[in-house]
Amino acid sequence: MRTRFFNTTITIVCVILFIRLFYLQIVSDQYVDLSLKNSVLKQYVYPERGYIFDRNGSLLVSNQPMYDLMVIPKNLKAFDTLALCEMLRLPKLKLVESINKARRYSLRAPSVLLNQISKQDYAILQEKMWKFPGMYVQRKSVRNYQTIVGSNLLGYISEVNNFDIQNNPYYDKGELIGRQGIEKTYEKILRGTKGVSYLQRDKFNRVIGPYKDGNLDTLPVPAQDITLSIDIELQEYGTKLLTNKRGGILAIEPETGEVLMSVSTPTFNPNALVGRNRSAFFEELKQDTLNRYLFDRSLQGQYAPGSPFKVLNALIALEEGVAESNTNFTCYSGHYYAKNQFMACMCSPGTKNNLNRAIYKSCNTYFSNIYRRIIDKDNNVEENINDWYKHLNSFGLGEYLGYDHPVGQPGYVPNANFYNLWYPNQRWRGSTIVSNAIGQGEILMTPIQLANVTAAIANRGFFYTPHFVKGIQGDFIDSKYKTKRITSISKEHFRNIIEGMADVVSKGTARVAAIRGIEVCGKTGTIENFTKIDGMRTQLTDHSVFIAFAPKDDPKIALAVIVENGYWGARWAAPIASLVIEKYLKGNVERRWLENRMLNGSLEEEYAKVTSKKSFTINE
Amino acid sequence: MNKFLRFDWYALTLYLMLVGIGLINIFSAVYDVDNTEIANGFMQKQLIALGIGLIMIFLFQFIDIKFFERYASILFLVSILSLLGLWLFGTDVSGARSWYSIGGFSLQPSEFAKVAVALAIAKHLSSFNTRIDRVKDYLGAFVIIAIPAILTILQPDPGTAMVLLSFFFVLHAEGLSTYYLNTLVLLFGLFILTLLIGANFTLITIGVLSLFVFIYRYLRKLKKVLWPLILISFLGAAFTLSVSYIFDNVFEQRHRDRFNILLGKEVDIRGVGYNINQSQIAIGSGGGLGKGFLQGTQTKGGFVPEQQTDYIFTTVGEEWGFLGTALVLGLFMMLMTQIIKTAYKQKNTFSRVFCLGFACVLLIHVSINLGMVVGLVPTIGIPLPLMSYGGSSLLAFSMFMGIYLRLYFQRIQ
Repeated sequence: MRTRFFNTTITIVCVILFIRLFYLQIVSDQYVDLSLKNSVLKQYVYPERGYIFDRNGSLLVSNQPMYDLMVIPKNLKAFDTLALCEMLRLPKLKLVESINKARRYSLRAPSVLLNQISKQDYAILQEKMWKFPGMYVQRKSVRNYQTIVGSNLLGYISEVNNFDIQNNPYYDKGELIGRQGIEKTYEKILRGTKGVSYLQRDKFNRVIGPYKDGNLDTLPVPAQDITLSIDIELQEYGTKLLTNKRGGILAIEPETGEVLMSVSTPTFNPNALVGRNRSAFFEELKQDTLNRYLFDRSLQGQYAPGSPFKVLNALIALEEGVAESNTNFTCYSGHYYAKNQFMACMCSPGTKNNLNRAIYKSCNTYFSNIYRRIIDKDNNVEENINDWYKHLNSFGLGEYLGYDHPVGQPGYVPNANFYNLWYPNQRWRGSTIVSNAIGQGEILMTPIQLANVTAAIANRGFFYTPHFVKGIQGDFIDSKYKTKRITSISKEHFRNIIEGMADVVSKGTARVAAIRGIEVCGKTGTIENFTKIDGMRTQLTDHSVFIAFAPKDDPKIALAVIVENGYWGARWAAPIASLVIEKYLKGNVERRWLENRMLNGSLEEEYAKVTSKKSFTINE
Repeated sequence: MNKFLRFDWYALTLYLMLVGIGLINIFSAVYDVDNTEIANGFMQKQLIALGIGLIMIFLFQFIDIKFFERYASILFLVSILSLLGLWLFGTDVSGARSWYSIGGFSLQPSEFAKVAVALAIAKHLSSFNTRIDRVKDYLGAFVIIAIPAILTILQPDPGTAMVLLSFFFVLHAEGLSTYYLNTLVLLFGLFILTLLIGANFTLITIGVLSLFVFIYRYLRKLKKVLWPLILISFLGAAFTLSVSYIFDNVFEQRHRDRFNILLGKEVDIRGVGYNINQSQIAIGSGGGLGKGFLQGTQTKGGFVPEQQTDYIFTTVGEEWGFLGTALVLGLFMMLMTQIIKTAYKQKNTFSRVFCLGFACVLLIHVSINLGMVVGLVPTIGIPLPLMSYGGSSLLAFSMFMGIYLRLYFQRIQ
């Protein structure tokens, strides 16, 4: 007899089981998560996405229902595939493929058979739904744009990707996120906060009731509407004026820093990014490297500023005390700034220019002289150029402006280090870098920076960080948009400059921009620019640029217009700027002839030259 | 009055507690908020079985133990007949012909066969002049075990067959030569090894091991064991090859999968591993104190298949946590040790062997069932004694309990 056999075995078995249970229930915690994943369905309740209004209260972006056709493969019965395909304009093969895909995913859980069916298609489908057992239609909300312009400005929403989910635990698969533009910047405000309800489900994924009687559920926090500073009428008008031209218009209300319009052409209808054909269309936009639809020229386009930059040099010269309003330089249709180095000018030979005349005649000679004085003052070029850099920096140049739109560029302003790198051992001075005097050189600015400089001049020495938001429902806008940023130029120096800019329009290079009854101040620009064709640096037709503000004594609008390859400033940019100002200040445009010329004018031929593979002439 | 105090109240209490816990968890496992009728139906059947079981226990207390001893052979015969009768009158339930349907009730004769075999073994070993170390006698015991085991394996119900075969341990405890246990352990080891590393490597292992044993014994100048060693090696090799053959050719894919998953050779939580995985999730998610009565999300969702029967322990684990599982395990352990204790206090062989048989059946049920739900043993469908839903099982264990209590009672008298 082995009397201890059973007792020993019982003890061993029980100890092993005890240890295993202890491990499963106390030590390891992976099973708790697994169980929750298994049996608790987290269902989100989404607040309706916030609306977007323009500064005058017109609705720009709202929501519309879209319908997803869902299928539960297990409940499918034989149905008239042809009828369904015809109704939804869907190839039969694709339908079969989708059903098979759904079947592979789950027999009992619903899958999307066809997404984003429009209201119109849904209306037809709805009546016939009884014919298709195992299918149902699920409503979902997508954006509805009440305007056909401002696609880059407003941005768009799209489904989150794995990257978003990893970076932000708020989002779950299949949810929408503001991907670009205002939708992105104000994503948190526009989306609100989703609510959660936990549901108990069984092994077939069927919901069998609330989990813990709904005690863990949270309510959604409603989204807030946003009012933009944009004037949609102006935006639409600007877009029309730039039709068939590549370029940008950016207008700011100087008093507040509010962006009134941000036009970039060529553009597309924002509604095209809603609905079933979205991805195909988006791909098309993305692939077009010539028109660059998704590239916002008014915010991202970095151009040499050209002649409008002269006013900044003039301000710096006055501030630094190297010139005064009555300082004169004589222009001989240009001048030698160094041995054998001639810079041409449009002035007739022997013209004697003071500051005022230099501005409205846009005299290269004058500005290269004062620029050399700024840089070469006391032979202290490094310190002088860094001072010059600081002055420009105080206008928000050479860095991101800090506005509330996700895209942008800092532009570029060179400093001493930059030139020391290019011309080591102090081998540079004012004449070496004289191109900066007339806004060509190394300087790069975006239209919004140019417009902001104009606004700062209009304000006689200060500006507010440009911003696109005017108000948030039940909330304040960021206080940084209410903080004055003061430039390093004393207020009294602006008077002379503004006089010069007024004369540009009244008797200078941009007489075409004059508006009856409104004193417009402006400055034209003509920018040399280059591209690479088959690896060869090729000069293209000059860009047309114009900055302006009006009225002179009580500025309501300051803007910058750039028209790529638009020959010279007064040809396209100045008239467009003038028409925009007239439209904004007067409400309607009297100069129909000018308006028609701008609306119907096209630069497509000019743009076609680059891809024509033939030699071409520029600026003819 | 004194007479009643000598009754094994302790074991009865353990029995009632286990049955009670079982009822609570069966209710939770089958409870459906939308259709409480379902749960009521289940509870009704189980309570009827319990009622009959309790009446049986009560009545058994008035039957002299000599009665069971005398009629053990007849009961065994009846049991074998009932198993044979399945071929004629049985009903197929999910592929196995193990049930009689009588009216609204089903009876599983193999459950009662356990009691019959326990009685028959006890009777056989207690017969005058029977000696466990005599070939003729233990072969007789083997036959008593083998006949019902073979009949159940043909149903096929490998779980119950395994339980019946476990009576072998009773023989071991009664003094059967250690050779048999060693052989059994060896064969089991070879079985697992073959499945784990394949027949070829197992054969190599056998060869290498035999060589080592031979060299060791040769160097230590111990008894010459060359021929027995060669014989054992050859038998082992033959066994290995047959296991490999049976596994690949006789077993069905579902059987193979069960073993492969347990041995960690396959991971397939959607398919065959589903049961094991889900039951571990259910138990594991219970944590220390559990989710509370009717609060088990796994239980409510019906993720664990057959939860009210073979997987009832997962409900305990999920809703009552480690507290509950440890309690249930503890109760079983207390019950088994109490039975063993009683066994060795018995003056006659019949009573002792019967008690050992009862304890052995309980042990094999508990270790295989709990081992399965916590993922230590392959999926073998046998119920958890006293707790799983199922009238036949509860009745059979109540019979065991009734006879046991009578033995305890009578010994004192």
